[in-house]
Amino acid sequence: MPEPQRTLGAAEVEQLVEREYAYGFVTDIETEVVPPGLSEDVIRLISEKKEEPQWLLDWRLKAYGMWQGMTEPNWAKVSYPQIDYDAISYYAAPKSAVADGPKSLDDIDPELRRTYEKLGIPLVEQQRLAGVAVDAVFDSVSVATTFKEKLAELGVIFCSFSEAVKEHPELVRKYLGTVVPHTDNFFASLNSAVFSDGSFVYVPKGVRCPMELSTYFRINASETGQFERTLIIADEGSYVSYLEGCTAPMRDENQLHAAVVELVALEDARIKYSTVQNWYPGDKNGVGGIYNFVTKRGKCAGARSHISWTQVETGSAITWKYPSCILLGDDSIGEFYSVALTANRQQADTGTKMIHIGRNTKSTIISKGISAGHGQNTYRGQVKVLPGASNARNFSQCDSLLIGPDSGAHTVPYIDVANPEAQLEHEASTSRIGEDQLFYCRQRGIDPEEAVSLIVNGFARDVLSELPMEFAVEAQKLLGVSLEGAVG
Amino acid sequence: MTPLLEISGLHVEVEGREILRGLDLEVPLGETHAVMGPNGSGKSTLAHVIAGREGYEITGGVIRYGGEDVSELEPEERARKGVFLAFQYPVEIPGVNNTYFLKAAINEIRKHRDQPELDAVDFLSLMRDRVKLLDFDEDLIRRPVNEGFSGGEKKRNEILQMTVLEPTLAVLDETDSGLDIDALRIVAEGVNRMRSPERSFLVITHYQRLLNHIVPDRVHVLQDGRIVESGGSDLALRLEAEGYTKAAAVTA
Repeated sequence: MPEPQRTLGAAEVEQLVEREYAYGFVTDIETEVVPPGLSEDVIRLISEKKEEPQWLLDWRLKAYGMWQGMTEPNWAKVSYPQIDYDAISYYAAPKSAVADGPKSLDDIDPELRRTYEKLGIPLVEQQRLAGVAVDAVFDSVSVATTFKEKLAELGVIFCSFSEAVKEHPELVRKYLGTVVPHTDNFFASLNSAVFSDGSFVYVPKGVRCPMELSTYFRINASETGQFERTLIIADEGSYVSYLEGCTAPMRDENQLHAAVVELVALEDARIKYSTVQNWYPGDKNGVGGIYNFVTKRGKCAGARSHISWTQVETGSAITWKYPSCILLGDDSIGEFYSVALTANRQQADTGTKMIHIGRNTKSTIISKGISAGHGQNTYRGQVKVLPGASNARNFSQCDSLLIGPDSGAHTVPYIDVANPEAQLEHEASTSRIGEDQLFYCRQRGIDPEEAVSLIVNGFARDVLSELPMEFAVEAQKLLGVSLEGAVG
Repeated sequence: MTPLLEISGLHVEVEGREILRGLDLEVPLGETHAVMGPNGSGKSTLAHVIAGREGYEITGGVIRYGGEDVSELEPEERARKGVFLAFQYPVEIPGVNNTYFLKAAINEIRKHRDQPELDAVDFLSLMRDRVKLLDFDEDLIRRPVNEGFSGGEKKRNEILQMTVLEPTLAVLDETDSGLDIDALRIVAEGVNRMRSPERSFLVITHYQRLLNHIVPDRVHVLQDGRIVESGGSDLALRLEAEGYTKAAAVTA
């Protein structure tokens, strides 16, 4: 007789995908907060606190002027109540971190040190962590950067954005806004006006950066937004692998995180940029959580340059981000590997843009969306081939996995080709975790929760395998599975 | 002695339809029994209800395993007690490495038996050993579970899992369907090698040919949700010759 085909009911799914948010604590630390509201005065104040040069203040004010005339985008498949930009504080910093200027690693406020330890990011240069350098950003400021000196020996600059403005103004000025201009979009313009800190990386010609560089973003203060800016420049023939992680306390309010990331890869350079995004996603009923509205773009400026974006998006109430590549140099390569998991009431509208300008440019897009509970997951991407991009190639694959009857998956690919030699492929699939798969695993002795994470991780495997090993472990955990015995 | 598997007066409904109607069956430890029956007689339902699949509602009777009533246990609890089901239609799990899957399973089972978990090295050598015995393509153990496997490969993979997990009761649900004669022989050899006084098999099949290779201690005929006749291995030959209708008529 035929086997009865069942899909999972809502209650079963809720049980299976229920995850505790492990990073929801608040650090009790004296914080300097600029009163809520946005005006030229606030921007001048931020700039002044950071002791910035005039050109940067001017740039901020230009962006603010632009932003005032812009309207918030509403084309994404996400819904949220109107944000009151005057109710947000645009700068919050632990007093101990800003007093008396930058600190050495030994002088970090013990409370901050404990916070990062709790988050699994010890701010020490231990042998065990010798493969990863960390810049720790807490609310609006960087509180520590490890392995700076060691990297400097090779000419690699890795520091907070604020420090870069002071120590390497010529580099910042040359590249800031060259990939994401201050006029780019509503959230990017807002960021350009008020950005506080972030990381700066410069890898000199021919240098292969010997360790993973990473930034850990932590939101702590309430009723504040985080607006960081990251700029990475890989000079000719260099290589760097960079990773960012992030968490925030559990709160009933929604907090805005509007970051901008710019990557520049010169001739023969390669940048590998990975994200494990775990902002507070809000509770089961969709109360609270971070609005993660981020603009990320890389420019393959030189011939044979190569930029890869890998993202594992498991947190945030709403994710709106499209890490993109401008493939300007001939023979340059852009890649985008993404896993987005939305559970409960989370919404994600994410994807990429691959803009082929140079000849023989190649791009690859692998997107895996997982929706559970009432989660809504949209892939939105564009592949654009300009007239000069002879022999451009793209391969896109967008897969969706649905868990439970109330989740949704949507795929919105835009393809725009102006060169007849271009070759594009697009594959898409949608599947469900079936009762038959679950039963199969359970019959072999595996718990249902473990079975779901096994299936989910299998689905996401092609993307997870792109992450550096240290972070693949974390990502797998976030998707709910233990890496114990990763055989084969 | 208490039989390993003891089913008495079992009634089972699937989606409101009664499939098993007072089924009685006993399989002593160390024996291999066959259940034969025509399409629609309830063979697969029997296999699934022993394994504890949801959606198969027991409306009467009881399933005892090792003397314990397991009717209410979750599928994974039964599996950890040594119940293994070789599926008629093994399920694909894309992206999950076959070896990883099996290692997760065996360690889950060992954990619940207070045995130490196997590390990657020990497990791989166990896997290699079993793979060789089953003439299994080593490439398949590195591929995702059943993904892109041929019908025969899937069935052999079930037997591979069985030889690694070493169950006490193995239920083989139409393992012979879709197998060519060579694969059938390999599967049967795998089963025969595992037969022991400490292990029982319940071989569910439509056709007698599998029973040429796995010679059962007892054969039961399942019809309309009940065991209508039981006998020695020669019963299978008679069924093959006479067909189910006639065999049933004789019993009736």
